[in-house]
Amino acid sequence: MSHVTTQPDATRPAPAERGRPPRRKGRSRQIRRNTLVGWSFILPNFIGFALFTLVPVTAAFVLAFMEWNSFGSPEWVGLDNFQRMFGDENFRVALFNTLFYAGGHIPLTLVAALTLAIVLNRKIRGVQFFRTAAFFPYITSLVAVAVVWNMLFNPTMGPVNQFLETLGMANPPGWTASTDWAMPAVIITSVWRDMGYYMVLYLAGLQTIPEEYYEAARVDGANAWQRFWHVTLPGLRPVTFFVVVMLTIQSFKILDLIVVMTDGGPGRSTLVLAQLIYREGIREGRFGYSSAIALVLFFIVLIVTVFQFRLNERRKA
Amino acid sequence: MTAMPDAPSPASPAAPENTPATAVRARRNRRLVRKTLTYVVMTAAALLVLVPFAWMISSSLKRNNEVFTVPIQWIPDEFRWSNFVDIWDRIPMVTYLRNSAFLAITITFLQVLTGSFAAYGFSKVRFPGRDALFVAYIATIAVPWQAYMVPQYIMMQEAGLTNTFWSIILLQAFGAFGVFLMRQYYMSIPDELVEAARIDGLSEYSIYLRIMLPLSKPALASLALLTFVNTWNDYMGPFIYLTSNELWTVQLGLRSFIGQYSADYAMIMTGAVISVLPIVVIFLLGQRYFIRGIATTGLKG
Repeated sequence: MSHVTTQPDATRPAPAERGRPPRRKGRSRQIRRNTLVGWSFILPNFIGFALFTLVPVTAAFVLAFMEWNSFGSPEWVGLDNFQRMFGDENFRVALFNTLFYAGGHIPLTLVAALTLAIVLNRKIRGVQFFRTAAFFPYITSLVAVAVVWNMLFNPTMGPVNQFLETLGMANPPGWTASTDWAMPAVIITSVWRDMGYYMVLYLAGLQTIPEEYYEAARVDGANAWQRFWHVTLPGLRPVTFFVVVMLTIQSFKILDLIVVMTDGGPGRSTLVLAQLIYREGIREGRFGYSSAIALVLFFIVLIVTVFQFRLNERRKA
Repeated sequence: MTAMPDAPSPASPAAPENTPATAVRARRNRRLVRKTLTYVVMTAAALLVLVPFAWMISSSLKRNNEVFTVPIQWIPDEFRWSNFVDIWDRIPMVTYLRNSAFLAITITFLQVLTGSFAAYGFSKVRFPGRDALFVAYIATIAVPWQAYMVPQYIMMQEAGLTNTFWSIILLQAFGAFGVFLMRQYYMSIPDELVEAARIDGLSEYSIYLRIMLPLSKPALASLALLTFVNTWNDYMGPFIYLTSNELWTVQLGLRSFIGQYSADYAMIMTGAVISVLPIVVIFLLGQRYFIRGIATTGLKG
């Protein structure tokens, strides 16, 4: 009866056929039938997915090597777009700003999310309310988030600077009105917005660490800090790895918050790569050049992610 | 609750011996202190998280010249509920809300339907090439949308679909994410169940309809909620594609209002509150599914 057990989802043979040895023809018919049925399930989604995701993704790779403006026809130019990119100051500024943003957003969100998760990982009354509160910013619409924080960061009258002044700071930063402080303001806003999301992942991760580990550590006389360092952190490694990868991808493609909050300004101080792609490609209609920048963005994300996977593998070993 | 090694009985409160009683009291005190401390820390964290919301709500109930004051007035002298009446005259809020709702509902419906349907094919029907195809789905999740938004735009322009709802619906309803989330869930439903249904003579379509769909209600709810909130909050899609005012979503309408009346702080905050309100209600109703959806796609991804 091996044919039945090795093929778990093959339909059961008709009673008349049972026990008869040659089943080749029946099997290939079975496979054909399964293929047809399988595709019929996948097709409604696949048509949309292929047309509006697969095709554009492929096109982005090809367009990067072409010169094509909104009027005129595409022309193969090899690496010209990339050459031009390295002489383009907007690109250099955007690349630097994106790295700046990622450098702030990744570690700060990680620490904030982990802290929230550990504080809220308790079985006490009312904890659910606090978890909900911490998650709230993540589901709040971006425009609302941006406009509220823009007001909070108002250099003269905003609550943030009023608070800093009561702490005794004589010249609080100009935040979104200053070229030096606009990016930190965006980073703070995005950390506030995203930490609840990663907190959920960390909370789920904390559930997977067996209580016995903590008890064993306590028996060995480990204090709270040692328990955190030697039990909690190693136990959270898979989650942390996932969070870092997600945060990296998210940071490098940052776009909507910047568009709504500062629109790249003041000056070019918060111009990021994804925004440059939008400006060049959709506003200016330079399809080829913008796709080349997009390709660079994609490869940066890819390289960082692969690097993190490697690092994770080595740590595990 | 391990007893102190030298305490003979896990002391009752009225224990006559001196040492265990004080030890118990000390421990109880310590626990009380720790509990209080936890609440203090949690409240401080919650305040920090919620301050922007407090600002938003309080400003939305103020007169415009009361928004920025020194020192900050967290509770307005007089609640100006009229802001919430006036805003409907200032901007076509009804149109914006209707557009947002239409897009969010349509896209959520299509995403849940096609996503769960495809997920059944990917998890319960075995055929050659299936796994390779699934890898293609997963691979595109890793490509940032920002990297292919320009080719998408060119396609939509060529098809003459820019500045229509079609562009947003077509681009967002067939995402790989829905397939991925539903497949994760279907994988956890044992194959034997499906097998038994096959033996009973059910076709694959009725197995999907009568067994898988009812069993996967929590996952469907997660996907529906996540998609709805994402679409409602989406800014870039409508920003790129919808240029006519009558097609704008709440997000675009609010943004344009901010651009035009940048000093109308109270009214802007009123608009912000209205734009967030539907999501808050939906989130509070379906919180459980929401969180679970994030936790499963997160940890098993």
